[in-house]
Amino acid sequence: MDELTAKAILTSVSAFGAAITMFSGMANAIGEGIIGYKAVEAIARQPEAVGDITRTMLVGQAVTETTGIYAFVIALALLFANPLVALL
Amino acid sequence: MEGGFGARFIDIAGFQISETILVTWIVMAILITLAILARIVLRKFDIIPKGVQNVIELIVETINNLTTDTMGEDNAEFAPFVGTIFIFILFLNLIGLFGLKPPTSDVNTTLGLGVLTFIVIQVSAMRKKGVMGHIKGYFEPMPLLFPVNVIGDLATPISLGFRLFGNVIGGVIIGFLLYGALGALSSKLGMSIPVCQMIVPIFAHAYFDLFSGFLQSFIFTMLTMIFITNAM
Repeated sequence: MDELTAKAILTSVSAFGAAITMFSGMANAIGEGIIGYKAVEAIARQPEAVGDITRTMLVGQAVTETTGIYAFVIALALLFANPLVALL
Repeated sequence: MEGGFGARFIDIAGFQISETILVTWIVMAILITLAILARIVLRKFDIIPKGVQNVIELIVETINNLTTDTMGEDNAEFAPFVGTIFIFILFLNLIGLFGLKPPTSDVNTTLGLGVLTFIVIQVSAMRKKGVMGHIKGYFEPMPLLFPVNVIGDLATPISLGFRLFGNVIGGVIIGFLLYGALGALSSKLGMSIPVCQMIVPIFAHAYFDLFSGFLQSFIFTMLTMIFITNAM
């Protein structure tokens, strides 16, 4: 296999991999949505605790977001700092 | 795109200085100036606050209340650390409004802040439980779980750093793409000046720099406080 073909395959597969990685955003959004929905329910039940509930909700969503952020960092690494290029 | 969105280097008097460091120095200069100005204003300290003193007292009281609410009354000594981290990260994120690249979009800055938090967690845990008590905590509930506990502790700064980094670099990349698309649109419409870049990016900046920047600095400090309290 000549070098040009190898490079073409590597670039296309990396771009495809980055796109697939970002699918984790889907599950991530569902999780954060569930947290927001439960927080709204809790505020409707107990409106005086709105400050505490909002703070807990934001922290919970930030922790949930971690998986999505990891996926995003991996996608960035595949696009801009691909370690597999060194193997060519 | 050569080099992607990593750190760019600027040549100043023969020294290679990265853009991240330069912008961080600007932010530090702004913060130090603000602190000196606040000190000068507070020299005329009134019991009944008015003017600038009102604003300063509001900021200090909010941070104090946030710390005591989250960490408990006996941990009020952490308020200066928490407030410093919050204001520093907030200004690092907000500097993107002036067209500079936010230093938090460089993974070195955010992981550095994560390591700082890690050191504070370990030192405060050792001060509370003693060095041997803290090390013994790794062998609980049973000695077999020692590697899991160590990995769990080491994951804290990495997750803190990458969370901030990912959120900010996401905003930077979307802003970059938006500006590129609007510039291409204006040149397609035959305008020599990119007129389309005028109004539309305001909304992106409002979300990614103002809202997301504030929220991410808040979340970073909240998680820092929660991790410190859990370790003690």
